[in-house]
Amino acid sequence: MTDTNREVLLSIDDLHVWFELRRFGFGHAGYVKAVDGVTFNLHYGETIAIVGESGCGKTSLMKTILGLNTPTRGKIMFEDKNVGELTGEALRDYRSKIGYVQQDPFGALAPFMNVQRILEEPLVINGIKDPAERERRVRKVMEEVKLTPADDFLHKFPHMLSGGQQQRIVIARAIILEPKLVVADEPVSMLDASVRVEILKLLRGLQEKYRLAVIYITHDLSTVRYFSERVFVMYAGNVVEKAPVTSLVHTPRHPYTVALMDATSDPDADNALRYRELPGGEPPSLVNPPSGCRFHPRCPKRIENLCEVEEPQEFQVDEHLVACWLYK
Amino acid sequence: MNSIRKFFIELFQYPSAAIGMIFIIGLIIFSIYVVIALPYNEAISLWRGDENTWYKTPRTAQPKWVNWFRQEDLPETFSFNSADQQDTKTEEFSNGTNKILISFPFEYNSELFPQEVSLYFKSQYTAKQPFVNVKLITPDGRTINLNSFSIGRTYTYRLSQDQKLQRKFFGISPEKGIFVDPTVNADSLELLKAVPGTYELIVEGVAFEEGSSLDAELIVYGHVYGWAGTDHRRRDISIALMWGAPVALTFGLLSALGTTITTMIIAAVGTWYGGWIDEVIQRITEVNLILPFLSILIMIGTFYSKSLWVMLIAVIALSIFGGAIKGFRAIFLQIKEAPYVEAARAYGASNWRIIMQYLVPRIVPLLIPQLVILIPANVFLEASLNIINLGDPVLPTWGKLIQNGVGNGALTQGYYYWVLEPAFVLLLTGLSFAMVGFSMDRIFNPRLRGV
Amino acid sequence: MSTDNTLLSIRDLTLYFNTQKGPVQAVDGVFFDLGYKEAVVILGESGCGKSSLAKALLRLLPRNVSRYDGKVFLEGENIMEMDEEQYRQNVRWVRMSLVPQAAMNSLNPVLKVGEQVAEPMIIHHGVKKEEALNQAAKMFQHVGVPVDFLDRYAFELSGGMRQRVAIAMSLVTAPAVVILDEPTSALDVLTQANIFNVLKRLKKELEVSFVLITHDIATSSELADRVAVMYAGQIVEVSDAHRFFHEPLHPYSRMLMASVPRLRANQEPEYITGQPPSLLNPPTGCRFAARCPKRFAKCSEEPPVVNVDGIQVKCWLYSN
Ligand SMILES: Nc1ncnc2c1ncn2[C@@H]1O[C@H](COP(=O)(O)OP(=O)(O)OP(=O)(O)O)[C@@H](O)[C@H]1O
Ligand SMILES: Nc1ncnc2c1ncn2[C@@H]1O[C@H](COP(=O)(O)OP(=O)(O)O)[C@@H](O)[C@H]1O
Ligand code: SF4
Ligand code: SF4
Ligand SMILES: [Mg+2]
Ligand SMILES: [Mg+2]
Repeated sequence: MTDTNREVLLSIDDLHVWFELRRFGFGHAGYVKAVDGVTFNLHYGETIAIVGESGCGKTSLMKTILGLNTPTRGKIMFEDKNVGELTGEALRDYRSKIGYVQQDPFGALAPFMNVQRILEEPLVINGIKDPAERERRVRKVMEEVKLTPADDFLHKFPHMLSGGQQQRIVIARAIILEPKLVVADEPVSMLDASVRVEILKLLRGLQEKYRLAVIYITHDLSTVRYFSERVFVMYAGNVVEKAPVTSLVHTPRHPYTVALMDATSDPDADNALRYRELPGGEPPSLVNPPSGCRFHPRCPKRIENLCEVEEPQEFQVDEHLVACWLYK
Repeated sequence: MNSIRKFFIELFQYPSAAIGMIFIIGLIIFSIYVVIALPYNEAISLWRGDENTWYKTPRTAQPKWVNWFRQEDLPETFSFNSADQQDTKTEEFSNGTNKILISFPFEYNSELFPQEVSLYFKSQYTAKQPFVNVKLITPDGRTINLNSFSIGRTYTYRLSQDQKLQRKFFGISPEKGIFVDPTVNADSLELLKAVPGTYELIVEGVAFEEGSSLDAELIVYGHVYGWAGTDHRRRDISIALMWGAPVALTFGLLSALGTTITTMIIAAVGTWYGGWIDEVIQRITEVNLILPFLSILIMIGTFYSKSLWVMLIAVIALSIFGGAIKGFRAIFLQIKEAPYVEAARAYGASNWRIIMQYLVPRIVPLLIPQLVILIPANVFLEASLNIINLGDPVLPTWGKLIQNGVGNGALTQGYYYWVLEPAFVLLLTGLSFAMVGFSMDRIFNPRLRGV
Repeated sequence: MSTDNTLLSIRDLTLYFNTQKGPVQAVDGVFFDLGYKEAVVILGESGCGKSSLAKALLRLLPRNVSRYDGKVFLEGENIMEMDEEQYRQNVRWVRMSLVPQAAMNSLNPVLKVGEQVAEPMIIHHGVKKEEALNQAAKMFQHVGVPVDFLDRYAFELSGGMRQRVAIAMSLVTAPAVVILDEPTSALDVLTQANIFNVLKRLKKELEVSFVLITHDIATSSELADRVAVMYAGQIVEVSDAHRFFHEPLHPYSRMLMASVPRLRANQEPEYITGQPPSLLNPPTGCRFAARCPKRFAKCSEEPPVVNVDGIQVKCWLYSN
């Protein structure tokens, strides 16, 4: 990997997150295999991006890391502790070390709380009893997300703020407990182009300043290039390619990564003059995923009698780990 | 605070809400005034008082304001007491026997007869009762001897019930007989008219002991009394009308608050934990919904207690698992999935904190209109309980008035005011709350608002 | 209006809404032209009035409109002068139709999608149901939905398929202009790119012009022949796509372009500081002035629309 000297903060090993489907409220009707065998390491201060289409399991993976879903199989180690074995106080302590930035900033803020209350909640819950100390930290964190002067915002309610300001509050709340890791689930997909850049730069600044590890979940490859170090591409519950970002955008290896890149536009008038070459079809059902390589029904490079039969393991190609038979 | 002001500004844009609000505020101020001006104990002892407490008021008298709508005013009640009016009383002493002369000259202005005429005597003596002779001098100078009798320490002489006197007036009841002109020949009793003028009622008393005394009080009962009238036990209905307000408000508010808040919390707990807790709550609700609400109240009232507070608790207990729980549940199921709730879990909020600080406040706006609309429903419920004889045995309330009225022939004998007055205030209260409640609903639930 | 090739020409289109706090100037003097078989992109940030513009064009007005005027020439005829009945018979869904924002989520859940696509034909052209369904089937082929999906319900389709159905619905009456309000913003990249392939083919194969409303600059280049940039209710630049994506003129357009992260070039994106002004009380003078790095004294006056080699720019920098 890129930087083997760095210490591992989070290590995920063969993680499976399956949701049981029930017929008429009872009776087993199969599983949604939202995360199906994911393995990776995340280092202190590192930013990784998880890219994939909606429904491929990004959110499920991240919620499991946050302890909001229970893994069906596999292990999550955080600072050398097995997260699956944490309970009570230790679990809360673990959660307080991870900040959470959601997709919909308005939905992520309780509409009946003002900014001060929103930001104080994590402090209150995590045992900071002194109101003066809380206020100090609230103000500090508001400065970090550049919502100044703080007094202009403290007593406002979420609906009085713009989308960008709301997302700053969400970020402020995510870092107020001084976490080691921030998980940002499509943090800018509901925002305008300019605001997107603003928020991503803010996140990057905080990451550099506090040596935060960041997991940036997105379906937009073009932002990944500027705001992460490594990229994991997910398809139908699997990570199909792991690579350093520059290498990925220059030489994508997995056919699905290639398709994602081909589908991503840059602003260029010539785009209108040609059709894009794209795989047809749609992402598969996660209840009965295709046999072998899950991408095979859509893959233009499919190898007959292999891809649909056997699931590809990860192959190392340069700095990439690619789950594709092409690289055997 | 600013948002509260804004809310009221918005509320007052609905004229019905403004009117309702004014009535509610008026009702609240009035209730506070009532409780201060006529304290509970006083009100209760008045309301439970018997003829001794209420001897001065006429029976089932209409409120005074009916005279505004009549050509000929109904006579009011008036009374004289020899104890306060020295000039009407003369005493003569001779060897231990006193002769006492009490005179009540009075102006009678109406052509309508009074309802009753009574004399209340009080005397002091050791062994021998004083003796009195009562007579009346009419405006045309006739002297009518009414009756003579010896009296105890207290004695009531009801003219209207004096059979002998009635025979003397050829069957016309005495309170009328004394006021008619015997020279006028009326074809029927209904056409008889009183002769207005100055009458004088004279009590000649003889006391047989030294130091004994005699006082008399004359009451000529009219047909109207006070602003609310009286009931069959001569009680002033205004007491029940006034005290009905705080009772109704308290019952309505407490039951509505108690029910809604508990229901909401139970619904929140059920939805948040889900699983068997939710199942149990759901099943209890379903069972409760088919329980015969009223029958249970009747059973409690019959076998346990009819106290307002017992009924209040019973009503709350039976409504907690009511239909509202399903509505709240549906909303909570949505809120539960809100990203901000998930965020709270992520930063470690406990289950209880999430329920109380994250789920519940979200539906308070929905709750307030519901609560306001529930208040009159429960006020009506309390009134209805009275009507089916499950009312609080002590408290004067609106429902009680209606029940008393109906039970004592208000509707068959034309004492409509007795039932209409409490019915009107009930309706007014219900309407006010409903108007405010529905407008609030529109403000809080913009889906109902027109574009 | 201008040249013979002009299909739709909009001048001074204005739409204000009444609110408790006063009039919202959602669309304020909007202008642009659209040729036959062309696509114009309306670019702008959230809340700048794009959807309101679509509503104004199709006269789908809410009840709280406080001002609605201007000129809209469709094939030379000012459709703003028509009364509602004429408009309904001659314009809405006959010559001009709309794929509303979030259309794919507002399909009728209890009607088969085929019937829904056929519906405008039945209403506006009074054709028989069978014929309309045939037409719907044809449209399904055009937008790339398998014909056997005609009998399905909306919930049985994926987001991308539903969006195609919504597009088919707007095309079934063979209108000259189709307005697409954010047709792909809720969709995944691959689906998005597929839909743009469909739109490109439609533009080529059918007699149809598009007004594409979007805030996504990068994907807008997939369809654009012309670009109109909207800021705080006003059009600030109308340009030809080639020149616009190469080098826009208006300071706002330039900064907007600079904020787009590029996948195929290493160019750090930059954001625009500040926020767009409220449309309740927009500032006098240039509405972008508070955020504009090139601002100068003149800018406190309303800038004129200047024609720079065929590009129209509303900015004092270009007026001399
Ligand atoms: N019916 C209405 N009444 C009052 N204000 C309205 C109404 N419809 C829209 N607005 C306001 O007009 C402005 C423009 O809204 P519009 O929906 O056209 O924006 P938009 O550019 O389409 O934004 P988005 O990208 O978020 O869809 C906004 O400030 C909006 O709040
Ligand atoms: N709690 C759940 N129960 C059942 N299915 C779920 C649940 N959460 C997510 N899923 C399913 O898991 C799959 C992956 O979802 P998600 O992780 O949200 O994808 P992404 O974030 O990549 O869009 C989807 O098919 C989704 O419907
Ligand atoms: S394994 Fe086969 S089907 Fe899968 S991506 Fe590689 S080539 Fe395509
Ligand atoms: S008119 Fe002035 S403020 Fe407005 S964009 Fe042009 S230079 Fe900037
Ligand atoms: Mg997701
Ligand atoms: Mg819009």
